[in-house]
Amino acid sequence: MIPTGAPTLEKQQFLDEVVEVLKKAFGQAIGEIKRANRETSVYVSREKIVEVARFLRDHERFKFNFLSDLTGFDRGIDSSPRFEVIYHLLSLPNRVRLRLKVQVDEDDCTVPSVTEVWKTANWHERETFDLFGIRFSGHPDLRKILTPEDLEGHPLRKDFPLRGY
Amino acid sequence: MSKVVEYSPTRKLQELAQMKDQVLDHNITVSMGPQHPSTHGVLRLELELDGETIVNAVPDIGYLHTGMEKLMEYKKYQQNIVITDRMDYLNPMGNNLGYVMCVEKLLGITDEIPERAQVIRVMLTELQRIASHMVWLGTHALDIGAMSMFFYCFREREKILNIYEAICGGRMTVSYFRVGGLPYDIPDFVPGMIREFCKEFPKAIDEYKALLAGNTIFQARTKGVGIITPEDAIQWGVTGPSLRGSGVDYDVRRYEPYCGYETYDFEVPVETGCDVWSRFSVRIRELSESLKIVRQALDRLKPGSVKVDSPKIALPEREMMKHQMDALIHHFLLAGLGFEVPPGEAYHAIEGSKGELGYYIVSDGSERPYRVHVRGPSFVNLQALPVMVKGAMIADTVAVIGSLDIVLGEIDR
Repeated sequence: MIPTGAPTLEKQQFLDEVVEVLKKAFGQAIGEIKRANRETSVYVSREKIVEVARFLRDHERFKFNFLSDLTGFDRGIDSSPRFEVIYHLLSLPNRVRLRLKVQVDEDDCTVPSVTEVWKTANWHERETFDLFGIRFSGHPDLRKILTPEDLEGHPLRKDFPLRGY
Repeated sequence: MSKVVEYSPTRKLQELAQMKDQVLDHNITVSMGPQHPSTHGVLRLELELDGETIVNAVPDIGYLHTGMEKLMEYKKYQQNIVITDRMDYLNPMGNNLGYVMCVEKLLGITDEIPERAQVIRVMLTELQRIASHMVWLGTHALDIGAMSMFFYCFREREKILNIYEAICGGRMTVSYFRVGGLPYDIPDFVPGMIREFCKEFPKAIDEYKALLAGNTIFQARTKGVGIITPEDAIQWGVTGPSLRGSGVDYDVRRYEPYCGYETYDFEVPVETGCDVWSRFSVRIRELSESLKIVRQALDRLKPGSVKVDSPKIALPEREMMKHQMDALIHHFLLAGLGFEVPPGEAYHAIEGSKGELGYYIVSDGSERPYRVHVRGPSFVNLQALPVMVKGAMIADTVAVIGSLDIVLGEIDR
């Protein structure tokens, strides 16, 4: 059988180290750590996300210089906090991926924008704003991107019916 | 009698000079698309122009938005494969592969996929990469003005589509891969067809090089045009051949090998010119590398099962259903209810023909995904277009869009 791309033990150790350093540097801002399916997710408090992102990008060893994906997530109408913003980071020199998560409530649906850290976040954040209604403060051009201008509501929210209103 | 004004070149020049001052007062905004033939679908660019020079370009997308991510939340895992075909319709095998591998990751059966299935997956996705690059090459040359290339490229693409048709009946929307392997084995005569293609295709590559790469007009139109530095490319999240044209050696097949890519012998072409010509050269060289992988995969084809040995995920063989009660029950349950995926989340990226194609799936334990997100390479690559065309001419925009190899179906989803 051909072995598929399983992360080596080194990669797991590397990620553990990243988590340790993050905890030391940001303390309370780093929440729960989840490890599943050979992937690591780190919950970050909303206020610190830009700082954490910049720290990871500029860290001399970790070098998470590539944001491969950014998206939103609706945990359900009754959940609190209701939304999550999910960042998929990639360190090109180290070949390691890391997932950051920010939780945000429906009443105050604003997350600081990471466009200053990675320019590629621009359209991803516009898409998340368009489909989930999560606002990104500090975004240079927060407009709808995919849905028509006259569409009301945010289609990927769980309370938006499949066929529309 | 009206006075005849004699034509005077000097006066004409003076007039033009005056007009030029008037025009320079303000930039004009021109809408390019969405029906423009060289925008590869329905892309609209808002070009801010100073004369013929582009001051700023703002892409406007969303004309093809069909809410695929929303739709996928309402379909069962196996049913969603059909939707993935329609995203990047030039790379359907790649889309299928990314999706099924992500679900397999959630199910924890990544390492249980039989070798034959893996080899066929690699072989067909690499053929798809060639087919996708054929459309890119044909349309890219067509945009720049070399029409005959289009016919030569589609001639070769047709052969690949014929192979797909022989395998699964579909030419563009193949839906051939399944969670847990393949639905059925490839017909016996297909390896022969692929071998035949491998024999003919190197000649075609030489033809393309002779037709286009040596063409002075084509070189003049592409060299030094649409420059993006490696730093900018990483900042803007560009991936695939467009990134490798800027000298960054990032290929998911090498970085995080899947389907056993680490055991194949191939090179990752990298060019350092950062311009349209470099991106062109990278793709042309990729054609030979993909062909190399296809040949190796052909040699590795050994008889064996093509689906995972788990009746809860893969449909049983037709023959078994006629004799075994359990097989019939499993078939009934799988076809009617689908399978449940344990709660969790997974991100899986593959190297599509246009760059990193990532699927992020969240499962809540039911037989339908709770959330599917697609990281389409075209979506992210198109974002870097304004960086590349700033300061260029309008005609260069067409060359740059061609060099990015975008598919609007994937951008708008």
